[in-house]
Amino acid sequence: MKANYGYKDGSGDYFITVDTDKCDGCGKCVPACPAAVMEVGEDQNDPLNENPVARVSNAQRKKLKYACAPCKPDHDRRKEPCLAACPKDALGHSW
Amino acid sequence: MAEEFWRWKENRWTSPETTWKGARTVTCGVDVGSVSTQAVIMADGELYAYSNMRTGSSSPESAEKALKWALEGTDLTRDKLAYTVGTGYGRVNVPFANRAITEIACHARGANFMYGPTVRTVLDMGGQDCKAIRCDEKGKVVSFLMNDKCAAGTGRGMEVFSELLQVPIEKVGELSFQVDQEPPPVSSTCVVFAKSEASGLLRAGWPKNKVLAAYCSAMAHRIFTLLERIGVEKDFAITGGIAKNVGVVRRLEHELGLTVATPKVDPQIAGGVGAALFAKTLVEKGKA
Amino acid sequence: MAVITAGIDMGAKTIKVVLLEDGQKVRARAMELGGTDTRAAGERAFNAALFQAGLRMAEVAHVTATGAGRASAPFAKDSVTEVGAGARGAIFLHPAARTVIDVGAEEGKTLRCDGRGKVIDFAVNEKCAAGAGSFMESMARALEVKLEELGPLALKSGNTIPMNAQCAVFAESEVVTLVHQKHTKEDIAKAVHDAIADRITSMVRKVGFENDVVLIGGVSKNPAFVETMRRNLQTAVNVLPDPEYVGALGAAIVAAENAGVK
Repeated sequence: MKANYGYKDGSGDYFITVDTDKCDGCGKCVPACPAAVMEVGEDQNDPLNENPVARVSNAQRKKLKYACAPCKPDHDRRKEPCLAACPKDALGHSW
Repeated sequence: MAEEFWRWKENRWTSPETTWKGARTVTCGVDVGSVSTQAVIMADGELYAYSNMRTGSSSPESAEKALKWALEGTDLTRDKLAYTVGTGYGRVNVPFANRAITEIACHARGANFMYGPTVRTVLDMGGQDCKAIRCDEKGKVVSFLMNDKCAAGTGRGMEVFSELLQVPIEKVGELSFQVDQEPPPVSSTCVVFAKSEASGLLRAGWPKNKVLAAYCSAMAHRIFTLLERIGVEKDFAITGGIAKNVGVVRRLEHELGLTVATPKVDPQIAGGVGAALFAKTLVEKGKA
Repeated sequence: MAVITAGIDMGAKTIKVVLLEDGQKVRARAMELGGTDTRAAGERAFNAALFQAGLRMAEVAHVTATGAGRASAPFAKDSVTEVGAGARGAIFLHPAARTVIDVGAEEGKTLRCDGRGKVIDFAVNEKCAAGAGSFMESMARALEVKLEELGPLALKSGNTIPMNAQCAVFAESEVVTLVHQKHTKEDIAKAVHDAIADRITSMVRKVGFENDVVLIGGVSKNPAFVETMRRNLQTAVNVLPDPEYVGALGAAIVAAENAGVK
């Protein structure tokens, strides 16, 4: 499943996508994120899946534009740490 | 602030054909939304009874009342329910539920039941959020997004306009078609800015209906762009309050080049149906 | 003879005009609500400023426009972006400024600049009321207080209550709920300031900040906003005098250059 966490408002689209078919719940994205955006737990949208998957925390879901801003400078931009930490290439940012 | 986003009648229903007696598994799904609460009872995966009522100030009480009402007029009692799943905004506050499951999962599963296994895209437009879900032939979620951060594209946004223009919310859709020519959509997405834009249009002499048309089409377009992210496949179903606003639905159909599927029963109970079906699966898999 | 130039800032809510003498001295300034006919409002603001200075239009050598509606500015020969004008105006008033935070009615901006007012980096929050002055207006309405009372009210609170809503419309409902839950207006007003200051702060962190930090734009007249920004950034923040005119002042400085004033 492609789980899109985040929102679209007047200023743009701010979604983090977790591909739960690729994610094995290893949890490397969790400490990689300086803003506590990522967490690992049950797949809330597939109650029959028993394997843990990465999710976006409820506390940060509605403010990704701001929470992720420090990792997205306009100059010298590197791959976001959560994306860089994922060995399965299971994460994506829409912006 | 008005609590009522869309006018509809509270109702309950018992199947004239199905009986719970002799059924192997009787399950219940309770969907506690921000506006309405439904309790759905299914016998071996067939719809047996449901209630649909307004959510009160307390989620646990609303859930209790809904279940009580669904059971009323049947000879079924609570102790016969093998398993209950809570869903919706107040899902963790259903006192008698065995488990809580997200509305994303339940809406997909419920839509599969109500629209048939050919449904692939479900759009749920509620009072305070908008969910777009793509699912497979079994009602399993393939892709989803939920927007509950921004009021644009939710019932709340439409309500702000109905207040501004002093038009009853249930008339918005119909009136939005009473224009000589389709105006360009309101350009601001943000409801606060769209409201100032609309005030400007009114001052510039636009009739109310034209402003409504411009906002309905802006909302349709916004929902279209949300749907683009997950990709739209037919059959395409719409549930939730805005499904009743033809001003948005027809413009969205036009933009998508798709016609919205017709449900077998009231689409408001989709979440509750999905929850009751998950309850059955969980019992069968021995996870109850 | 003195050369008079003008800057006109066509903001989302208000229009500001500054008249400058020899690129050095502010001769007059005026503000008008934009309304539906922003061009006419611009002309009114302009005439008000001319009247104050005792000048005639023919004596103004050059007019430069800025602001979101700068394309419809009256009398303007050319224009400068809001970011560019903000930096120039800020450096003129506070030469040590390196980070400028500009929060107006519909936009929040942060920029970093060098000692000559050249912009190095910037971030803009636009098209969403949650990150701009409109948010405060909605919240003041929900709390049934005047906009200018909101800041002083917040300063009286020592309690932190979180706000979940990240949208001005949803936040209005949340404020109503908080009132019903018997939270004091002071505490709610503080929560409102914490919420917007957090959003502005993350934008500042995105561009990175260097001292001195200065605040411009109408929202910086709110003392609670200033205090919350100081606490968030853990550094001194300087509110420039007449902060809502800094953009127009910057445009007037650019106009002076374009008119050949050394």
